[in-house]
Amino acid sequence: MISSKNRVLRVKKGGLAGGAALSKERAVARFIIKRLLAALPNLAGVLLFTFVLARALPGDPASYLAGPAADPAAIEEIRRNLGLDRSVPEQLLLYVRDIARGDWGTSWATGQPITTEIITRLPASLELTIFGLLLATLFALPMGIISAIRPGAAIDHFCRVLATLGVSLPTFFTGLLLLYVFYYLLGWAPMPMGRLPAFALSPEPLTGFYLLDSLFAADGETFCAALSQLVLPGLTLAIFATAPLARMTRAAMLAVLSSDFIRTARAFNLPDRQIVFGYAFRNAMGPVLTTLGMVFSFTLGANVLVEKVFSWPGIGSFALEALLISDYAAVQGFVLTMGMLYVLVNLAIDVILVISDPRIRMDA
Amino acid sequence: MRWKCVAVCLLAGVGMFLAGPVQASSRDETFVIVREQGPNSLDIMGIGTNRPAYGLSWNVYDRLVTYGKKRHPSGTRMYDYEKIEPELAESWSISDDGKTLVFHLRKDAVFHDGSPVTAEDVKWSFDRAVSVGGFPSFQMSAGSMTNPEQFTVLDAHTIKVTLPRRDKLALPNLGTPVPAVINAKLARQHATDKDPWALEWLKNNDAGSGAYTVGAYKPGVEVVYRRFENWKSGPKPALKTVIERTVPSAATRRAMLERGDVDMSFDLSPKDAADMSQNTKIKVLGQPIENCMWFIDMNVTKSPFDNLKVRQAVAYAVPYEAIFETAAYRQGAILYGASSPVPQNADWPQPYAFHTDLEKARQLLVEAGFPDGFETTLSYNLGTATWGEPAALLLQENLKKIGIVTTIEKVPGSNWRTEMGKKNMPLLVDNMGGWLNYADYFFYWNYHSQNGVFNTMSYQNKVMDRYIDAARTTDDPDVYRTNIIQCIAMANADAPRLPLFQPNLDAAMQKNIENYTYWFHRQVDYRDILKK
Repeated sequence: MISSKNRVLRVKKGGLAGGAALSKERAVARFIIKRLLAALPNLAGVLLFTFVLARALPGDPASYLAGPAADPAAIEEIRRNLGLDRSVPEQLLLYVRDIARGDWGTSWATGQPITTEIITRLPASLELTIFGLLLATLFALPMGIISAIRPGAAIDHFCRVLATLGVSLPTFFTGLLLLYVFYYLLGWAPMPMGRLPAFALSPEPLTGFYLLDSLFAADGETFCAALSQLVLPGLTLAIFATAPLARMTRAAMLAVLSSDFIRTARAFNLPDRQIVFGYAFRNAMGPVLTTLGMVFSFTLGANVLVEKVFSWPGIGSFALEALLISDYAAVQGFVLTMGMLYVLVNLAIDVILVISDPRIRMDA
Repeated sequence: MRWKCVAVCLLAGVGMFLAGPVQASSRDETFVIVREQGPNSLDIMGIGTNRPAYGLSWNVYDRLVTYGKKRHPSGTRMYDYEKIEPELAESWSISDDGKTLVFHLRKDAVFHDGSPVTAEDVKWSFDRAVSVGGFPSFQMSAGSMTNPEQFTVLDAHTIKVTLPRRDKLALPNLGTPVPAVINAKLARQHATDKDPWALEWLKNNDAGSGAYTVGAYKPGVEVVYRRFENWKSGPKPALKTVIERTVPSAATRRAMLERGDVDMSFDLSPKDAADMSQNTKIKVLGQPIENCMWFIDMNVTKSPFDNLKVRQAVAYAVPYEAIFETAAYRQGAILYGASSPVPQNADWPQPYAFHTDLEKARQLLVEAGFPDGFETTLSYNLGTATWGEPAALLLQENLKKIGIVTTIEKVPGSNWRTEMGKKNMPLLVDNMGGWLNYADYFFYWNYHSQNGVFNTMSYQNKVMDRYIDAARTTDDPDVYRTNIIQCIAMANADAPRLPLFQPNLDAAMQKNIENYTYWFHRQVDYRDILKK
């Protein structure tokens, strides 16, 4: 049995993996550094673009801040204090200088420094997104695999209908529907009041992820409270994210299952489980992982509405609010953070791909 | 085998629901309130402080004086603007010429850090309010207080306020949220050369002496208020803890209240107020916001609205009923359909003598020399689109019937103030409300020739000015009444502004909540609320 497995592997890889002289760790480290450096111009572009875009939006923050009863002199004074009386290139230079110093400015809407806002809000969004994606993966992978094994069977059609429904329902609608059924009618879910119920205390912030923090603090009660708050919004995101993942898993599995090495494996009369999970799924993971990265990015975007429905104090609802009142610093900080996040996520996905599939070369 | 895998996934999902049942703590002395937007500052005098922050300041800080309470005819408990009562000041005297006010502070009052409240603190706070500029300084000037030199410390518990002229608003104005008394010793420790008034520090820190301390402040998420046990400026509040959560989605807020999980949902949209008042398990308390109205303005300096007949034609073309129905869900008071353009009394706001009559409108338009109508722009503020949008659309539809074709201009909320200031909009839908419930205050800001920012109709009339100024400066109630009646009659006759309705401020709460009070600042006073 063991020898036949090795033979299959050799057939699969052919000569592609051979000849790697550098040690794998060093190669990965070099790859990461190279990719991070390459991301810098992208981030600079994002910075410039949002800066210009924020100023192109209609709206005058100075008169908004001055309040309902301000005279023109007071508005001018606020404009001067904010530095908005300077020319746009001058403002940009000052902004870049401040960013380099780690000062991202202050949000006018909440009165807090942008960095504080992002540090407290980003983990909330990330925890929700990652939780939603985990749920989605839990549903999508089995769904995709089963439909690939039995293409055209009833279960395949069922999965297709489910996936289509999930992706075509807007997230705020699914959110409200789940809320109506599980909170309002059945009372199973807790109040949609954000990350914790009204009477719970937030755990000592270590990572900002309440689930992890409460585990570190060995606080079972807070863990359960935070988890129960996460279920409905997480499910809402999961329903939305399941479709692309399931369809991609199915397509990738179908392609792999019809390839030569699977036929060989079958010819060797290997058990079904080993063929599907041991060989086919490992080889289908590449496209599934790439899709996962993409889904992560757009789920972070879809968060905005889910956060609103579930009063989730995340970064999406913050950015939306900021946009409505021309809160320049907040909008720029948000876009910049998102830009950095995308770079990191894509990098992480690429690194995992490289590690998991020797056929992919690092300088590609 | 494969099915097992799916089943396990599903079971795990259901298990997660059961993992965290909602825990029920003792909630008798705790009050949970949800609202759309939370405070953005703990400092009422800061730049850009939003409306929810007025409420925070109201509960966390004390003022020298406050207002009594009475019942609105609808049964809602409300503040009484004619009755000024002691808060930090236990007594005060006003000189005969009305220019000197002396306040005697209560001797037992302490700040949240335990230090006594002294006249020094009051002076520093008032100096700050008139010096920081912007809204707080403007509000102080409404009571003729503009200069730190007007505030003198006589002894540790006595402070004198000197006014340049008699001003009947001076004392009531000290009961608004702006002249809050700040712990000057504490705040000064955090003042810098660049920031002498400690604006940065007070934004996030509590230096008050009010009935509640700030237990937790997470902007955009929640504020937790804890009762200050050493509060001496009033009867001990019944609620020990108040949790104020920001819940942006109206549907979510409503579900929480109807399920009984929260005690109050505040500042409802008119639709929610109308719907929820049908629910017998909760109660909705609301009353028209004092001195506030929705209206249609015509810029009298822009052709063709410089023509009185055109303005009157528009006045008769407005679908008042439909707007009140669709924009306000009949929550509020109507401000149209009075039988006579000359009012019987000086009540304010009161209906104007306009109603919908398209035949008359067409005829007036012909008399004005526009038999085929004309084209113009109709603007409204996207920030208040809940009311503004239906009103604008209904108006557009009716104007079309008499030949006036309008293009709707939606102005983003953050830009509305700038547009108002330019005074370029020919036709617009907007609202305006004054804190102090005086008709002369409203007329001064809206109809006076000084052409303030709220006078979006650019209306200037020397006769009107004379009535307004006479009402502002008199102490004689009869003279006041006569002049206000003249003001209203003139506003009817010249028709630069067409009032639509007075909007409601609505709060929905559980049946066991008592003593919700309507305040002019439109925020909740937690000090009075009882949970039976």
